[in-house]
Amino acid sequence: MKNAPVDNGRRRFLTVATSVVGGVGAAGAVVPFIASWNPSAKAKAAGAPVEVNISKIQPGQMLRVEWRGKPVWIVKRTQAMLDELANHEDQLRDSESEVEQQPEYAKNRYRSIEPEIFVAVGICTHLGCSPQYLPDSFSGQIQGVASGFMCPCHGSKFDMSGRVFQSVPAPTNLVVPPHKYLDEKTILVGDDSGVA
Amino acid sequence: MWKNLLDWIEYRIPMMRVANMHALQYPAPKNMNFWYVFGFIATVVLVNQILTGIWLTMNYVPSAEGAFASVEYIMRDVDYGWVLRYMHSTGASAFFVVVYLHMFRGMMYGSYQKPRELLWLFGMFIYLALMAEAFMGYLLPWGQMSYWGAQVIISLFGAIPVIGDDLTLWIRGDYVISGATLNRFFALHVIALPLVIVVLVFLHIVALHEVGSNNPQGINIKHPKGSLKEEEKTKYKIHEYYTEKYDIIDDVVPFFPHIVLKDLVAFTLFCAACAYVIFFNPAMGGLFLEPPNFEPANPLKTPEHIAPVWYFTPFYAILRAVPDKLLGVIAMFGAIVMLALLPWIDRCKVRSVKYRCGFHKLNLAMFVVVFVLLGWLGLKPATPTFTLMSQICTLLYFGFFAFLWLYSKNEKTKPLPARISK
Amino acid sequence: MKKLIITFFALLPSLAVAAGGGFSYPLEKANIDLHDKASLQRGAALFVNYCLGCHQMQYQRYQRTAEDLGIPVDIAKDNLIFSDQKVGEQITNAMEKEDSAKWFGKQPPDLTLVSRVRGDDWVYTYLKTFYVDPNKTFKVNNAVFKDVGMPHVLEPLQGTQEAEMVYETLHGEKVLSGIKLTQKEPGALNPEEYDQAVRDLVNFLAYVGEPSKLESHRIGTWVLVFLAVFFVFIYLLKKEYWREVH
Repeated sequence: MKNAPVDNGRRRFLTVATSVVGGVGAAGAVVPFIASWNPSAKAKAAGAPVEVNISKIQPGQMLRVEWRGKPVWIVKRTQAMLDELANHEDQLRDSESEVEQQPEYAKNRYRSIEPEIFVAVGICTHLGCSPQYLPDSFSGQIQGVASGFMCPCHGSKFDMSGRVFQSVPAPTNLVVPPHKYLDEKTILVGDDSGVA
Repeated sequence: MWKNLLDWIEYRIPMMRVANMHALQYPAPKNMNFWYVFGFIATVVLVNQILTGIWLTMNYVPSAEGAFASVEYIMRDVDYGWVLRYMHSTGASAFFVVVYLHMFRGMMYGSYQKPRELLWLFGMFIYLALMAEAFMGYLLPWGQMSYWGAQVIISLFGAIPVIGDDLTLWIRGDYVISGATLNRFFALHVIALPLVIVVLVFLHIVALHEVGSNNPQGINIKHPKGSLKEEEKTKYKIHEYYTEKYDIIDDVVPFFPHIVLKDLVAFTLFCAACAYVIFFNPAMGGLFLEPPNFEPANPLKTPEHIAPVWYFTPFYAILRAVPDKLLGVIAMFGAIVMLALLPWIDRCKVRSVKYRCGFHKLNLAMFVVVFVLLGWLGLKPATPTFTLMSQICTLLYFGFFAFLWLYSKNEKTKPLPARISK
Repeated sequence: MKKLIITFFALLPSLAVAAGGGFSYPLEKANIDLHDKASLQRGAALFVNYCLGCHQMQYQRYQRTAEDLGIPVDIAKDNLIFSDQKVGEQITNAMEKEDSAKWFGKQPPDLTLVSRVRGDDWVYTYLKTFYVDPNKTFKVNNAVFKDVGMPHVLEPLQGTQEAEMVYETLHGEKVLSGIKLTQKEPGALNPEEYDQAVRDLVNFLAYVGEPSKLESHRIGTWVLVFLAVFFVFIYLLKKEYWREVH
């Protein structure tokens, strides 16, 4: 009962064309399933940039704020701390901040916009513990360096610019989050639009 | 290379054999019409419900405190969450549209008759599981209708003598519907019942492929081995599993690609209808999503008018039509049992409505009208007029089965054709 | 037979009316337009000024609202948020549950979904049909929401209305058959302006009820166009394979 000749060319063309169009449809149908895994409006609102008033921080003091669920440090470094940074660069893994752990505007010795104010994500780049701030007692860790950060979990050590010392488990410097100055007293952590 | 890989797999698992047996070389009657697409569509809807359901659970919070807000969270804060939710809610209603048409097809062409009794029964069990699934799913948004609908349906079990009150308490797990009820319904809705439905669907298809599809003429395509001449047999390659036992007449096409393509054409139209609802009219005028359900559940305030979702309303109307709690519940479940017993109620040997007597045609048409009317009445408040109408319709509903049982014994049927076509 | 069925169905609507019973104030069409951004913005302003004191929109965020309504975030911060809330937060007020229950008898309902619960026309008519009723706590009553426990907060805009109850005798019983509302004292807006203000507010409430609606229509159109194209291909392919079957 197959008297009409089969047109194989037409059949093949239609099969391919239908499959392609169907494939496009399937791809479209997958979009909501994939997109729904993005951070929701709630997560975005909770992770919104944080305004921090820095006028009350004393020299040498650290302020901790939360941004996207992570501790962010804001340290007002003393002149002594800043002067010290140049002295131990031969003991650092990445003294020039070559690895992209910071925005372009923080790729300098101080790893900050204003030399005094250091902003960093307070999470060790080794396995995610939060290092301790040792403003006066760091020389017990690295001889000749007065202040720095030491991770209690596995002993990783960072200087006052968050640069990692050699022969510790942490591979890279601490992360400097995007941030900008709204005015002299306030910085916005998490948003650097218009700066970079 | 490709061939080697296929051989490697085939040696270890019968992939191609199953594909051939159940798709590429499965004989399907070539006259399967529009009414035969709903099985395929129902399967796709099931897949849609499972996928969107899994994705909804990723953000849904199954607790009395968090459920309602989490649904709004999905609708507003989750990227494309509203698409997933509307796909799921529309899918639920679409499932029942498809299943009702699928069941009516079976009634029209006598697909429940010998040897398809078990196939029909599996279908009825799927239908029951689906109703339980839909009912429990409807509690999850924790809106006013969710709450009070569940309240009413669970109270039905209170009609059972002696154990009724203890049973409702046990189902709820609390003195009223509460977070405890919500949590167990959630567990059943997302894990237990989907598993049951998937297993039942598998059995339904296994049973179908064992006895073969019926068709609008209601005549067999499989004939006893050796009864057909060579030129009467189909020219398509049919799997030995079927040809070993039967001669397959030249009125069949392979399931793949012929039937699948036909199903896909219908499926595309079905998708367009669903897309219209999902994107342009998700509440479907209050039928698919009821307005009171946009208000959080409040155990102290009953909505003015409680109606179940449309797919339950025919049975709900029967329940309300009977002026006795226990008898009403019995009538409601009896209405479903009647459907399940169709293979034994219908004693006629001719399947398709085309070759059956005029009275059967009228009876079947009446049944459709009555079923739709009951569905409409179930949405309306129980005023005296409506209750009377419900009572008449309930009688006619059961009348269909009673009449069928009576006239089908010695029914005057038209002669069946020997072939689906010349 | 067919005739019988047709007559039966023709009868249904009249039966439905007969079964309804009781007077309900006829609802006016809200005639809102979700595409009208200016109207939505005016509606949002009305909401935060007149409603937000008591009613929250606890599921809707300021930021999303501002973005959808085409309001720059900075302007939204200054003009929509009067509390110290952040722009990413939900539209809520600081009213304590206990206080509100004391003041109004019950907690004023959340309005995020009011348009979906009641319908746009109901909300529109409701906001237009407050009338003076000295017997009530707030000296007002409402034609579509009898004995409402809410003061007429838009009264400075609308002015006051008086109601005349119309009765008719049905089966020997006196039943309410209509409520006639007439303006008593004028408000800051004339009746046309007030209608537009209420329409703006209802438009905003309808938007908040289903903020995905506009995007939904846009995507839905593309989905339907795609399905139409796919239908052509799948239909031709099906025909191609079935050509050999007779």
